Amino acid sequence: MAGAGPRAALGACRAAGRVAAGAAAGAGAGAGRGQPPWLPALPAARWRSSPAPPPRVCVVGSGPAGFYTAQHILKHHGGALVDIYEKLPVPFGLVRFGVAPDHPEVKNVIHSFTQTAHSERCAYYGNVTVGRDVTVPELQQAYHAVVLSYGAEDNRVLGIPGENLPGVYSARAFVGWYNGLPENQDLKPDLSCETALILGHGNVALDIARILLSPLQLLRKTDITDSSLAALACSKVKRVWLVGRRGPLQVAFTIKELREMINLPGTRAVLDPADFTGLESAVKDAPRPRKRLTELMIKTALEKPAEMQAAAAGAAAPREWGLRFQRSPQEVLPSADGRRPRGVRMALTRLEGSGDSAKAIPTGDVEELECGLVLSSIGYRSLPLDPAVPFDSQRGVIPNSSGRVEGVPGLYCSGWVKRGPTGVIITTMNDSFDTAQSVLEDLQGGVLDVSPSREGFGLVESILHSRGVRPVSFSDWEKIDAAEVARGKAAGKPREKIVDPAEMLQIIGH
Amino acid sequence: MRPLRRGLSASRIRLLLLWAVPEQHQSPAERWAERGFSSTQGLQDGPGESSSEDQVTVHFINRDGERLTTTAKEGQSLLEVVVNHNLAIDGFGACEGTLACSTCHLIFDKEAFQKLDAISDEELDMLDLAYGLTDTSRLGCQVCVKKSMDGLTVRVPMDVSDMRKQLEVGKQSKQ
Repeated sequence: MAGAGPRAALGACRAAGRVAAGAAAGAGAGAGRGQPPWLPALPAARWRSSPAPPPRVCVVGSGPAGFYTAQHILKHHGGALVDIYEKLPVPFGLVRFGVAPDHPEVKNVIHSFTQTAHSERCAYYGNVTVGRDVTVPELQQAYHAVVLSYGAEDNRVLGIPGENLPGVYSARAFVGWYNGLPENQDLKPDLSCETALILGHGNVALDIARILLSPLQLLRKTDITDSSLAALACSKVKRVWLVGRRGPLQVAFTIKELREMINLPGTRAVLDPADFTGLESAVKDAPRPRKRLTELMIKTALEKPAEMQAAAAGAAAPREWGLRFQRSPQEVLPSADGRRPRGVRMALTRLEGSGDSAKAIPTGDVEELECGLVLSSIGYRSLPLDPAVPFDSQRGVIPNSSGRVEGVPGLYCSGWVKRGPTGVIITTMNDSFDTAQSVLEDLQGGVLDVSPSREGFGLVESILHSRGVRPVSFSDWEKIDAAEVARGKAAGKPREKIVDPAEMLQIIGH
Repeated sequence: MRPLRRGLSASRIRLLLLWAVPEQHQSPAERWAERGFSSTQGLQDGPGESSSEDQVTVHFINRDGERLTTTAKEGQSLLEVVVNHNLAIDGFGACEGTLACSTCHLIFDKEAFQKLDAISDEELDMLDLAYGLTDTSRLGCQVCVKKSMDGLTVRVPMDVSDMRKQLEVGKQSKQ
């Protein structure tokens, strides 16, 4: 029985390991004390009495925050039932609509989320807008705990004249456009100019620069929407500047994305060595991530002369991109006919302080940067969902402590709406586990009273029905998913995203 | 576009998914082991693989201090080891071994760390984003098991959610 041997040993090792660790650790749940390990464990206070009704948890939002919170609760509580609500018919939030089309590996998390959705104790309800179709107080009636994980659907505004000219777009809308987010399909960005200015030095800014300058044959094989591919095929943009208020030591993008941009075929990086004077020694003792990032920029800036030689040797004029520092936008200047930008007037800044907390102070000098397209990539922003939920408009988050919403027992939050709209998937994963821990602690400690049984979706369903709302199930989504994959196959793409919610509903027969 | 880096095969992705949300609080491995269930397939590699090739013992110290001991095959990445043996490490291997995250971050002792194969720029780039980064950190998906690693002990790093004690509702008592 060769196959059973190692597995039994693994099992024995595992049980022995756990008991040993338990003796050492001393902390942890009292649940299951004295019980054989293979029985489903009961909450500590009740293990002698009849089982309590299952805790019902509701998660609002089906992006990484929602799914990781659900996953952690389901994994660490043997009886909890978790329902995930989503306003669109389709799940996955920014993994589907934010991650760049040419970063498919980042989207692998969808496999894990899919498995969570398939769990017996998990249900997905799409096409339900919380705050409109069902309110948060109504959800609190139906569930023992409600977790708000609805992210950041808006963006920060520049607050400068000319911001509303045609040809000025928020990065959020542009990313939504090429990623098939229904509300951004009418963007019709004007790509008929040569120079684009992206305001911001984060990964979203780099994503946009990369999508604008990528060779089309690379983009064609991704899940970028067909209509944005067509628009990019006609694009005249061949120069992209990423402009930030502060200096190279304050860039928010990360090294992998920067390296990708530097290595983008058919393009060359234009970094001014003067911007990096003295920085090599400034980062000598910096934490490794900042040090390596800065060193890569310095190296790229100093390689410029060689690049120019190659270009002069007769290679086709490549597309180019560059970083500009210590420039803060004052006004978007219109063209003669007012139909598009002709440039942006920038205030030159100096830095006060250092590191992450350095501030950009205008020096009084200004400069005009010529461009025909402006993308504002200065951050996403959350919006308040429901009058019953406290919201800090200044910080753009729900006031909370470890995910427990301040002043509202039974209400929690995770992801960007809890912490602010920054970070990569691991940031959100950790944050979601943190909120899930709070929910688990409160279930364990009796802070959440699960003795009154709650109806969960049973109650919500009748509310939705009375309002004419028909939710989309996970298996409905899988039909839409299959249709997208089938359409993509013909074009050699992983999928052709359906961008019209009406079409999605039609496919599932709603 | 970046090339995929040692992505997990489809069968291992299924294993990863099995592990991600067990229906009960135990993993399938534990249930099978304790009920005496036996099979020549399942968690190990494909049919016909001899378990005598699992010569390398590896210990993972989980975030709660629990030691998870398993035997691995030479050539497997440490991520594959975690997945194949359904080790209960939260959130491990989100991108499935494609160097697009840092969730398979592991900490080695100095001696073992120095014997590892050289680290690539691509791995360093992702490691730079890991929580609790140390001088002896590596990404599990990029470290391959060798026979000389028998008895290796690696530590799963703490992350922001570990500032408070790990709690498992319904998990067996640690007393």
